[in-house]
Amino acid sequence: MIKNIKLQLNHQEIELYVHPLKRLLDVLREDCGLLGSKEGCGEGECGACSVFVDGELVNSCLFPVGKAENKQVLTIEGFRDTVRYDVLRESFEEAGAVQCGFCSPGMMMAAEGLLRRHPHPAEQQIREGISGNLCRCTGYNMIIDAVMLASKRGDGLW
Amino acid sequence: MVEVYKPQSLKEALELLEFNDCTVFAGGTDLMVKKKQWTGLEPCFDKPVVLISEIDELTEIKRDENYLYIGAACTFSQLIESSLIPEFYKCVFVEMASPSIRNMATIGGNICNSSPAGDCLPLLYALDANLLIQSSCRNFEVPIEDFIIGPGRNILKSGELVTKVKILNSNFNIIKYRKVGARKSTVLSKLSFIGLADMEDKRLHDIRLAFGAVAPTVVRNREIEAEILNMYSMGLVDVQEITGYYSILIRPIDDQRSTAKYRKSSCKRLLEDFIKSLL
Repeated sequence: MIKNIKLQLNHQEIELYVHPLKRLLDVLREDCGLLGSKEGCGEGECGACSVFVDGELVNSCLFPVGKAENKQVLTIEGFRDTVRYDVLRESFEEAGAVQCGFCSPGMMMAAEGLLRRHPHPAEQQIREGISGNLCRCTGYNMIIDAVMLASKRGDGLW
Repeated sequence: MVEVYKPQSLKEALELLEFNDCTVFAGGTDLMVKKKQWTGLEPCFDKPVVLISEIDELTEIKRDENYLYIGAACTFSQLIESSLIPEFYKCVFVEMASPSIRNMATIGGNICNSSPAGDCLPLLYALDANLLIQSSCRNFEVPIEDFIIGPGRNILKSGELVTKVKILNSNFNIIKYRKVGARKSTVLSKLSFIGLADMEDKRLHDIRLAFGAVAPTVVRNREIEAEILNMYSMGLVDVQEITGYYSILIRPIDDQRSTAKYRKSSCKRLLEDFIKSLL
């Protein structure tokens, strides 16, 4: 059962011709050519595939594209055009929060999700905010520093 | 490849379920893992799929003077953010999975998955939660402990849908919840414990105790709770005797997450700790 699915991807209306149960992650990577969202575990444990659907952070590996019909999907590629992204990117670079980089898109989406709710998070809130994202390089402390730095530097943006 | 339906109302969903043997898909956080295939392939569902997460009737939270009604497709994030949900429920919900999973996973999904380690189940057992079940020809209400009949098994029949969780408003002022797992987030519990007590001026009015992941279904026993209340009213609380009662009901297994011995001894200590905190 292949069907037309309309949705808004990174602020653009698109129409896809796919099976509604196909994972949003696969649709993004294969049908839309957006390779920023990664597949780490494919089971919702690692957060490397995190995207926003109607403003809610979700694991795109657990999200059938049919559920995104008529909704707004924001990936790291769409988020890249914002000032908040620039602040997060600089903070991640300066704090040494990027090593191999595989977790970084998902980590930045989780950080964005956290900062939308808590523009000035305490350390514990940052730990909870990124608790669905695995990083095998940094040991997390640098990522926590980066989010803290972004919240200070981007004061008023979130 | 299977058909996928996205009904816009509860009525439409029930009509669909009446004539088709379908897989009901709410948050999908368990289903998408169970049905997973290789990257790029659609998950391998064997029956038509009905997506119910956007049906308004299933995503409402309501409260009247006696009861709280939670729509079965409410996500855990929605419950955590709702002012109608008592704070102590939220202590349980915030320990589940991760923020992004909580944005998708639903309370009805956690119930219908009927895992012995289902994170919201000990709370719902302790609260005497009832489930409202509907099909196109009838509606009925069932206590959660009669709904779940074994690991991954419940009484829901084809054509039926859990639509609401109904909980009597309660007045517990001592709450202890502990989820024991290998780490804090995105973890299935080795065991979990919830103790609720309504205590006033050293008088115990009500006590509820429930244990998760240590038997085929959640362990809760009203006779033992009544006996504990009785012990308190006579001022003769025997902690050993209480843990002895529960040790018969707590029958954990060894698996990849933990051992039966660890699970049982941890339950005993959590229980002792809770009972002693009430003395």
